[in-house]
Amino acid sequence: MDNILEVTGLNKRYNKFSLTDVSFTLPEGCITGFIGANGAGKTTTIRAILGIIGRESGRIRIFGKDLEGNERSLKNRIGVVFDDSYFYDELSMAEMKSIVAPAYDKWCEADYRMYMELFKLDGKQTISTLSKGMKMKFALALALSHKAELLIMDEPTSGLDPQIRSQILDILGEYMKKGGRGVFFSTHIISDLDKIADTIVLIDSGRIILDCEKDVLVDRHRRVKGDISWLDNESRAMFLDLQATDYGFSGITARLDELRRRMPDILAERPDIEDIMLAYIGRGK
Amino acid sequence: MKVIISNTSDQPLYQQIKEQMKEAIFSGELRDGDPVPSIRNFANDLKVSVLTIRRVYEELENEGFLSRQVGIGTFISTGNLELLRESKRRVVEQKMADMIKDAKALGIPQEELQEMMDILYGEE
Repeated sequence: MDNILEVTGLNKRYNKFSLTDVSFTLPEGCITGFIGANGAGKTTTIRAILGIIGRESGRIRIFGKDLEGNERSLKNRIGVVFDDSYFYDELSMAEMKSIVAPAYDKWCEADYRMYMELFKLDGKQTISTLSKGMKMKFALALALSHKAELLIMDEPTSGLDPQIRSQILDILGEYMKKGGRGVFFSTHIISDLDKIADTIVLIDSGRIILDCEKDVLVDRHRRVKGDISWLDNESRAMFLDLQATDYGFSGITARLDELRRRMPDILAERPDIEDIMLAYIGRGK
Repeated sequence: MKVIISNTSDQPLYQQIKEQMKEAIFSGELRDGDPVPSIRNFANDLKVSVLTIRRVYEELENEGFLSRQVGIGTFISTGNLELLRESKRRVVEQKMADMIKDAKALGIPQEELQEMMDILYGEE
């Protein structure tokens, strides 16, 4: 299986923040969720992947080709959605579309109309009068209408209500039914990833902490609950994250078998991605 | 075919799905030549990763329960019946092992277990 996107040893330094040796891959046919706290480096990474900002070192390969020297041909194959849309507020959506469309060799008017209809958007409406959800849908319609094989999105679901988010996730699932494609999207709404992501990349303070298949990541961890009197210092050390109250304890572990040997009566459940993320980056206390 | 994913099971996801597909094959619900869903569709419906479904299909193919035809699709295969019987036997053996463990824990001797088995087998 080929990788749609490969980032190797990406470094970018700012005064107070830097990306350090950022490496990860997006395998073909996969939706990769890019997670991390605000300010962890998600947007900077995405901007560096797209060549919007420069980098000190590192290699970025898209569809097996280096970004440098292939920018024009690669960008034709990528659809991009940003959180803060780059639209001209005073234009109508149709006018905005006629500015964007010529930039792509494979612009498909029929696809565009299909998505506008699906999203119940009226092209004549002025962009400044759109709600946040409508703007995001419009951005998605533009990104999906030039036969893109890779979608890169920065927080596409942030600030949207659950219904619109779930609609957008369905569109992504639908988009992926065609082979050879990939979606890379950053989000801090982790529950979206439980539903749709195939792989997870976790970034913290500009470094990649995890790059893993989602289901494998969940399978490797458990939320373990039990009576606090069962805990001793050694078993406490087997948790990544542990909360204890007078009524019992609950914690995330990657060492279920060892814990179960020490405390046979514990209750073990599959955690969600948010539990795991917080266990790795800390609860910010 | 029903596939129910448990959040309290110790079994990895791919194994849970694989076992349930095998059960559907043993029970005759999935038959020789039936097409299986595309990886992406199945993953979307079960809300699991495509990589998990890919692993399920690969393992079932290696065990002889699926055959992949390039460009056409992937199909249930029950051609290797001996293999199937062997697997069925393994399922029962596994359950018997659990039962024997319980019996030992409760202090039920082998003869008594045997008697219980005879009675129940006759009743069915």
